[in-house]
Amino acid sequence: MKAGLAPGLAAPRIGARRWLSAVLLVLLVMVAGLLIGSVALPTTGVVGAMLDRLPLVTVEHGLTPTQLDVLFEIRAPRLVMGAMVGAILAVAGAGYQGVFRNPLADPYLLGVAAGAGLGATLIIGLGAGTGWIPPFAFAGGLASVVLTYALSRTVGGRTTTSLILAGVAVAAFATAIQTFLLQRNNDTLREVYSWILGRLTTIGWSEVGLLLPYAVVATVALMVHRRHLDVLALGDEESAALGVDVARVRLLVVGAATLATAAAVAVSGLIGFVGIIVPHTVRLVTGWSYRVIIPLSLAYGAVFLMLADLGARTLVTPAELPIGVVTAFVGAPFFLLVLRSMRGSS
Amino acid sequence: MISWREVSVTFGDRRVVGPVSLEAADGEWVGLIGPNGAGKSTLIKTAVGLVPYEGYAGIGDGKRRAGLDIAWMPQRPHLPDEMSVANYVLLGRTPHIGYLGSEAKHDLEATTLALERAGLADLADRSLATLSGGEAQRAVLARALAQEAPVLLLDEPTSSLDIGHGLEVLEMIDRLRIADGLTVVTAIHDLTLAGQFADRLVLLSQGLVACEGSPSEVLTEERLRASYGHGIKVVHDGNGPIVIPSRKDHD
Repeated sequence: MKAGLAPGLAAPRIGARRWLSAVLLVLLVMVAGLLIGSVALPTTGVVGAMLDRLPLVTVEHGLTPTQLDVLFEIRAPRLVMGAMVGAILAVAGAGYQGVFRNPLADPYLLGVAAGAGLGATLIIGLGAGTGWIPPFAFAGGLASVVLTYALSRTVGGRTTTSLILAGVAVAAFATAIQTFLLQRNNDTLREVYSWILGRLTTIGWSEVGLLLPYAVVATVALMVHRRHLDVLALGDEESAALGVDVARVRLLVVGAATLATAAAVAVSGLIGFVGIIVPHTVRLVTGWSYRVIIPLSLAYGAVFLMLADLGARTLVTPAELPIGVVTAFVGAPFFLLVLRSMRGSS
Repeated sequence: MISWREVSVTFGDRRVVGPVSLEAADGEWVGLIGPNGAGKSTLIKTAVGLVPYEGYAGIGDGKRRAGLDIAWMPQRPHLPDEMSVANYVLLGRTPHIGYLGSEAKHDLEATTLALERAGLADLADRSLATLSGGEAQRAVLARALAQEAPVLLLDEPTSSLDIGHGLEVLEMIDRLRIADGLTVVTAIHDLTLAGQFADRLVLLSQGLVACEGSPSEVLTEERLRASYGHGIKVVHDGNGPIVIPSRKDHD
């Protein structure tokens, strides 16, 4: 503490130790994710092959071409995708909770999930290949959020309640159409269902490239506005009286978070619960400030989903669990545990 | 100074304020009084830019810089439980920080000063949830002071306080006003306190100025009864008019 300042007065920020432990954990889980899988790969070989990929480094790793493919074309992109999707969902959840001042807000709040589900159902029902799912899910997700936003403007001005209620209505409507289509086409049920439960199975580097720009845009937008989110804790009127353009901040944060969520949903399906439990766990441990919650949610969202995917790949080998099942099955009790221990200690 | 010129506010097809014109000079304390629904809070919010209105409300030079020219203390402020008093008051620096910026050293110094002046230096690291009503009110005042705006608009600064703490907060505002030459406009229910602190009172009734003037001009039984109803008595002591409720039967 500097002399002459009031006790405890400092802009909220992440301490060096929290940064370091978050980064180390991300790296540790990444290494574990590369080493562990249904096909056993020798540890030294994996480490050697990774070092070999570095520029100017040549290492004799002894892996066969098939093993290299498993490592670099299957495990690595899936791991990176898991990290990106987890980070996006967690940070989008944190952003939503901040602008809506609602602890239950999640990235699917404004109808992204239902819209994306409808888009996926439509295209599968039309008999197109699974390669068409991402663009249609993306379009469906964005369309329903735009609809939600437009509807809320017509019914109730700019209040958050009207936005959330419009989201509920749009989601119910999209889900109704989706259910109707599924009833009519029983044969597509299984495929749509597997998409809804979330999956990282078919992921390759091309999907990583697809998601990357959205992930970057959302991350930058949310990082830029994390101080504004702290001001918004005072409510719309008091924030406006302090010179914050509340409507613009809300639009930018929600827009960026939604765009990235739609992109994540499009490639990985509906992975539930990440957007709620990760930011809340971070908040329970570190406190109220979004200047801490936003960056740490990125890191721990990535960690959480990489671990969940590790579980999905290995728990019932040789089969795979849907990752959405793992996130909820492991996440819910873990979250309750954190909630209990923090409430108990305060 | 701050002025309202021909300001009117309409909600739907109901005009709730106006047209109202009034002014508070540099360093002056103007008290807005009037019964519930007279338009006091709404009139204050026009100057902060929180409700749409016709006419002009602002600090005189035309352009309003949100948060820099006017500090507003709401009637029911949001006090996030977990936030520390220091961090809460630091949010008062928001108008001074650029869009992509963060708090600089002088923001922390201004915050420390605001905490000290509001008598909160010892409570700075406490969370807002642990404060008493009077302490919380001082925290809101400290946040407004941290804005370093020349005009303070206070909406019922004493409404949640007992008589002793209410007096304490108003004394504090008065000291700061005199020290810094702040212009203060308060909406205030307690007519006696309003008369004791304000230089000038403006009595609003049904969205219009019913009368304005010095406390002893405005706080008369005749004028107050016209706006508030009959059960009101005004007595005088050395400190000015004292307004007391009085049951009709016992009048």
